[in-house]
Amino acid sequence: MSPTASSPAAPTAPRRKRSVVRALLRLWPYVYPARVRVFSAAAIAVVAASMGLAMPLVLKWMVDGPVADGDTGGVWLGGLVLLFVGLAEALLFGLRRWLTARPLARVEANMRDSLYRHLQRLPVTFHDRWPTGQLLSRATGDLQLLRMFLAFGLTFLIVNSATILIGFGVLLAQDWTLGLVLVLPVVPLIVLCALFEQRFSAVARRAQDQMGDLTTVVEESILGIRVIKGFGRHRSQARAFRLLSGELRDTEMHKARLLAGIWLVILALPELFLGAALVLGVSQVADGQLTAGTLVAFMATAMVLRWPVESMGFLLALCNEAATATDRYFEVLDTDIPDEPSGSAAEASRAAPEDPPGDGLRLTDVVFRYPDAPPDTPPVLDGITLHVRPGETMALVGATGSGKTTLLALLPRLHEATSGRITLDGVDTATLSRAEVRERIAMAFEEPTLFSASVGENVLMGGEDADEAALARALRVSQADGFVRALPEGLETEVGEQGLSLSGGQRQRLALARAVVGRPRFLVLDDPLSALDVHTEARVEAALREVLVGTTALVVAHRPSTVQLADRVALLSEGRVAAVGTHTELLRDNAEYRRLMTGESQLSGGRGRPSPSGGPLTAPSRSA
Amino acid sequence: MTTSVTGQDTDHDDERRPDDAPLADGPDEPIEPIEPVGSSDDYTDDRLPTPKGASRRLLLSLLRPHRARVALAAVLLLAQQAAVQAVPLLVAYAIDSGVPALRDDDNGPLIAVAVAYLLCALGAGVLQSSFILVSARVNQSVLLDLRGRIYRHAQALSLDFHDRYTSGRLISRSTSDVQSLRELLNEGLQEMLLILVSVTYIGGLLFYLDVGLGAAALVSLVPLALVVRSYRRRSAEKFNERSTAIAAVIVKFTETVNGIRPVKAFRREKANDASFDRLNRHHERLNGDTIMEMCRFVLFTRLIGAVAVASIVLWGAQRVRAGDMELGALAAGALYIRRLYDPLDRFAMLLNSYQAAVASLHKISGLLGQRPDVPEPRDPAPLPERPTERPGREVVFDDVRFAYRTGGDVLPRFRLTLAAGETTALVGATGAGKSTLAKLLARFYDPTEGRVLLDDTDLRRLTTTELRRGVVMVTQEAFLFSGTIAENIALGKPDATREEIEAAARAIGAHDFIEELPDGYDTDVRKRGGRISAGQRQLVAFARVLLANPAVVILDEATSSLDIPGERAVQDAMVTVLRDRTALVIAHRLSTVEIADRVLVMERGRVVEDGTPADLVAGTGHFSELHRAWRESLV
Repeated sequence: MSPTASSPAAPTAPRRKRSVVRALLRLWPYVYPARVRVFSAAAIAVVAASMGLAMPLVLKWMVDGPVADGDTGGVWLGGLVLLFVGLAEALLFGLRRWLTARPLARVEANMRDSLYRHLQRLPVTFHDRWPTGQLLSRATGDLQLLRMFLAFGLTFLIVNSATILIGFGVLLAQDWTLGLVLVLPVVPLIVLCALFEQRFSAVARRAQDQMGDLTTVVEESILGIRVIKGFGRHRSQARAFRLLSGELRDTEMHKARLLAGIWLVILALPELFLGAALVLGVSQVADGQLTAGTLVAFMATAMVLRWPVESMGFLLALCNEAATATDRYFEVLDTDIPDEPSGSAAEASRAAPEDPPGDGLRLTDVVFRYPDAPPDTPPVLDGITLHVRPGETMALVGATGSGKTTLLALLPRLHEATSGRITLDGVDTATLSRAEVRERIAMAFEEPTLFSASVGENVLMGGEDADEAALARALRVSQADGFVRALPEGLETEVGEQGLSLSGGQRQRLALARAVVGRPRFLVLDDPLSALDVHTEARVEAALREVLVGTTALVVAHRPSTVQLADRVALLSEGRVAAVGTHTELLRDNAEYRRLMTGESQLSGGRGRPSPSGGPLTAPSRSA
Repeated sequence: MTTSVTGQDTDHDDERRPDDAPLADGPDEPIEPIEPVGSSDDYTDDRLPTPKGASRRLLLSLLRPHRARVALAAVLLLAQQAAVQAVPLLVAYAIDSGVPALRDDDNGPLIAVAVAYLLCALGAGVLQSSFILVSARVNQSVLLDLRGRIYRHAQALSLDFHDRYTSGRLISRSTSDVQSLRELLNEGLQEMLLILVSVTYIGGLLFYLDVGLGAAALVSLVPLALVVRSYRRRSAEKFNERSTAIAAVIVKFTETVNGIRPVKAFRREKANDASFDRLNRHHERLNGDTIMEMCRFVLFTRLIGAVAVASIVLWGAQRVRAGDMELGALAAGALYIRRLYDPLDRFAMLLNSYQAAVASLHKISGLLGQRPDVPEPRDPAPLPERPTERPGREVVFDDVRFAYRTGGDVLPRFRLTLAAGETTALVGATGAGKSTLAKLLARFYDPTEGRVLLDDTDLRRLTTTELRRGVVMVTQEAFLFSGTIAENIALGKPDATREEIEAAARAIGAHDFIEELPDGYDTDVRKRGGRISAGQRQLVAFARVLLANPAVVILDEATSSLDIPGERAVQDAMVTVLRDRTALVIAHRLSTVEIADRVLVMERGRVVEDGTPADLVAGTGHFSELHRAWRESLV
């Protein structure tokens, strides 16, 4: 909530010596497919701009020549040339935009696509670290900025530089002394612009990061709306919002101050020298070294150059912002996706027989520590060795913080074990690609997430080639068939973010159906029945038992009723397997298990009120 | 933290959700009608009813407080343009008067030109800088205001609205759509004034040079205006579609990122790639469309400009020949006419950002136009002082009836009094009306008929602040906001001291686990090591209530089960929270029902059983049946 706490939200932003050019060059692979059109457009723009420069010359020729001489034919010719130049310029302008319109929209889309693809494949640990708002601001605001830059910034940078160069050529050709006067301020201008660029880019980056933080606060205030409503309002959230948006405004004002400075320089400096050139020119005209017409043309040309020179101010700013946007974009894209096993190993394992004799699920000396945890902290899982026999259902029981959910996350390789082996039917999961591992293991999470899709599609996500019958069976197992039938459009009803919101119990049942629909060899369930009422739970359990018969399953259980599903129980305690046995054995022999499964007040229903707060409270993390 | 977007609302809206889990009504209960707030198509298409001209009104209302600054900015820009546009006049003067004077050895006019030029150059620079600063202040204040309005409005809108509008769209409104306005403002004010000023100046100068030239230039603006109109009409729809398309992209993006674990576990990557690609390509096409419209526009305006310049120059040349016009006037006029069309390109860009911003503002004003279902009172009343000798406050549902606007009673007329300090458990199947009852008390809804009274004060007469001082609702989800644990607890009382926060955590039994976190109370819940379990989250949620210290607490008990020690910690904490308050608990656990003073069993919107837990267990109603099943499940 405190923005200072959340603002290093671009966690990997390194202190780097950055270069705008180097940053922007990284866009090349994305621009590459559109290169012909982009550069043609720039070339066309240069030609069009030259035509713009030619106009005053034609005008001068007309005024000095045919009009002054009263040469009708010459006037008409001049008019036609003027018309032709103007029309050509217009067509070229249109052509330039037409050339880049679709390709650049495509560049933006492609970049967004790569970002999205990359994000989906980055490890869970990355997502734990990065707030959604920061990712989102990169996928939208930054990319829009980049398209703007490619469409206008880059083109005009080329065009205006070219215009300025050509214009100076023309000026020098018209009168080299006057021209030289105008060349004088170029060096100080460049120096000042470079200085400006350095300071501006730092501020621009800060503004973009603050935007990302603001997006994060906005997102949370919407996701957490129920909590906020329940308490009236979330004042520190509102304060963070106010603070962040205030900070953003301050940063933008800082940007504006820098801009104001550079505009002052860019506007006034060339103009001063132009004034000097005028004075010089007038005295030359007075001395007869220069015709009045030439001086007029010279001044006209110089004034045509005014806009390209002025525009350098905002073009530089745009370049800077584009460069920081590129940096921000590549901060995500540069994060490596963990390697998949090389082809040969995967081939070998794929060749391994899917058929019996299976070995079930075996964990050997598995250790897990969060990759970013300091090395002196104890590992979350510390040497887990566990064997779930083929077809067996094992319940995983343990106090809060004992590592159950982490252990489950290791199986489909949502996290990678720090050391140790996990094998599925004898195949080391580390030798399989993640997709293959996840194909073999079906999962239902404690927090059941449905995607924006129909009910049927959501369930069928669990099994690639599951058919209607499998779908019906899965819905029956999870006791979801009844309510699904009653939905407005049955299986076709849209759910998830964009659709009908279902209750927690309904979502959990659909998530369970999704886990069992593909008849997976391995099933991993994280407290799959927690949100169900007792009746439904009993019915689901009965149906689930049939499914579990042929499946190797690991089920996290909190309630004795869920444990009843399992053949054996493993007790997890402080990251280690403390005991393995049947429910009855453990209940008899293991004090911790007894405590976890039969909190006395729960069994001896006669004790109405649990001890009030004065009594000894067991903090969950301590009880492990 | 990976709270999924879809995983947010658990059971709060069960009234409107069909479910097959009746406790006593047979397998398939009739479905409650789903109440449309707008027609559901409006939501799907991302179109909220927006009156005509709403976006312009919104823009004006945003600018109005800054009109002095806007005026100042305009004056600065006018002055700046005066300085810039004076230059050709200086050139003319220098040639016409300076040169002859110089030939007569009179430096005066030339010195005057030099000084004037110096002033113009410096003036142009300084005025431009000041303009940038003044207009930046306006722009940033407007954006700050708009972001704040969206934020506050989103907070004020009902949960219903949030369920339907979806978080992704709201996020899109407050980011992408605000960004469009930002782009307009950044360049827009300046460009608009610049164009206006330069067109006025040049037009004026042309008239000054020669009335005919001026009139001709004016006439050439007519076809331009037609092109502008056609562009605006054509592009408005495209921009609107584009804004909807980017919102869809954002929705998909956030859904994926927030649900990354299941995405990976179910190997949704490829399927997501495909559907994201589809949305993204759709946006790409519309994006391209808007650029193509712009391309058309630029082409036409440039063509008109080219024809106009050529014809006016030709016409001028004829007039010079005929002796109607000075040669000098034509020379200067030709240059000016050329410059009259110079800002066209910039005008196109301005119009482009304007259209994009209008489309976005249209969507934003649609959002801002949604009225909160529970308005603030016009004539607020304070809650009466709480007598010290009795805990909590009395709650009366006074002949309350609740129905959706589409008809269909959810709660038929009823009267119910919750005695001060008493804990009441609400029990019943999904869809029985428990949540609606609770939400009426929390004033998430207002009753269709009747009143909900808190110590004889109608809830509708309390301000939100006053209401939440009296009534707090704890929902099932224990959402943690980014920030520290302490900040998350302080949600209940923002100005709480660290001692108060710790005392609340201690009383609730959360102190020990918090102390064990890497940075104790200052642990950032988004950082590694700050992740806390479901049970611990519930404790944090309870600590919030304790700190808020309301007279009435509504608790929607979490359904998800904890391990039994965790469960016991939560139960103990709950007893602490409920003590000395009037409490309404939507109960899912037998142990919770057992600590209640009174149990209400609800069925189809009616209270069918009412009594102490012991009485009801002893009876033969639904509750005793339920109780038996519960007991069995615990063995």
